[in-house]
Amino acid sequence: MSPLFRLAVLFSGLSLLAFGGGSAVLPDMQRAAMAQHWVTGREFVDLFGLSRVAPGPGSLIVTLIGQKAAGVPGAAVATLAMFTPSCLLVYLAARFWSRTREAPWRSVVDRGLAPIGVGLTYAAALVLIRGTEHTVPAYAITAVATLLLAATPLHPLLVLGAGAVVGWAVGL
Amino acid sequence: MPGMQADPPRPPRLIAIAAVFTAIGLMSFGSGMSAWIRREVVIRRRWMDERSFLAGLTLCQIAPGPSGVNLATLVGTMLRGTPGMLAALLGMVVPPAALLVALGAGLAALHDRPWLDSTLAGLGAAAIGMTLSNAIGMSRSGVRSLGDFAVLVGIVLAIGVFRLPLIAVLVLAVPVSLALAAWRR
Repeated sequence: MSPLFRLAVLFSGLSLLAFGGGSAVLPDMQRAAMAQHWVTGREFVDLFGLSRVAPGPGSLIVTLIGQKAAGVPGAAVATLAMFTPSCLLVYLAARFWSRTREAPWRSVVDRGLAPIGVGLTYAAALVLIRGTEHTVPAYAITAVATLLLAATPLHPLLVLGAGAVVGWAVGL
Repeated sequence: MPGMQADPPRPPRLIAIAAVFTAIGLMSFGSGMSAWIRREVVIRRRWMDERSFLAGLTLCQIAPGPSGVNLATLVGTMLRGTPGMLAALLGMVVPPAALLVALGAGLAALHDRPWLDSTLAGLGAAAIGMTLSNAIGMSRSGVRSLGDFAVLVGIVLAIGVFRLPLIAVLVLAVPVSLALAAWRR
């Protein structure tokens, strides 16, 4: 089997298993990519770091794994495979959602789903805080950024940049 | 698109959708993709009202797959159908992916620099603040009763504190929250 085919199979499977977001399947991704000898454990960590430095969806680590496995075609196949199945599912849901915009049950469903989405967003932030060994300065950066973004019209890029500079300055 | 509500007078042009999602893709560092999408699509451009966005966001969090990319798919589809979805996805995924492929090798050499780790940790901490402020902003329209608040606290505790599996939590929370919404009506 060609590496492109194996990339497509692996990542389209992971796409549909990624409940709670792309990071849910990172351990599986690492295991599979190492078993295929596309990356070593060390290289996986490097690629993960790289995908964090660069802008864009966090799951673009798959692009880098694909590139490592089979060059630019590999990068393209891995990216497509990771996003297509889950996007197709959401696309079908969104079509249905648009069609039923005026349905009588929709306002109830919209109101019922809203607090769940808000709760999951708070929970995502908590999971990130607990997952990164937050130190006191990191808590301070998070708190100040939250306040600035919630209460002032500052552009988020400015706040993110300031967070990065403070992190660098205090050797976070 | 049939059944378009009066809120957005006319759907945005495809090129505008692609441009906005390209900007979102290139501006989002760390976490906080959903926050960027809400800011650009709902708050600044009013392409979508908050209520549809919140329900859509929840759908995207329930569905498997990267939630930011899911949300781009959903917003694009709701704005302009299939072409809108393609415009949003191509805008959000292709430029950052191309950037990564182009820079890949060069940036990988940056690993293991303590100053870079510190900088990224600061960036990540601020990005969490972006997610939190987004949640606070959404609470205003998404959490409007004691029942809503109870659902919210339950989810935050179950997933954020006790780390229960997402699916198990949703199997309980979705019917409860829908029933509460139906009962209130």
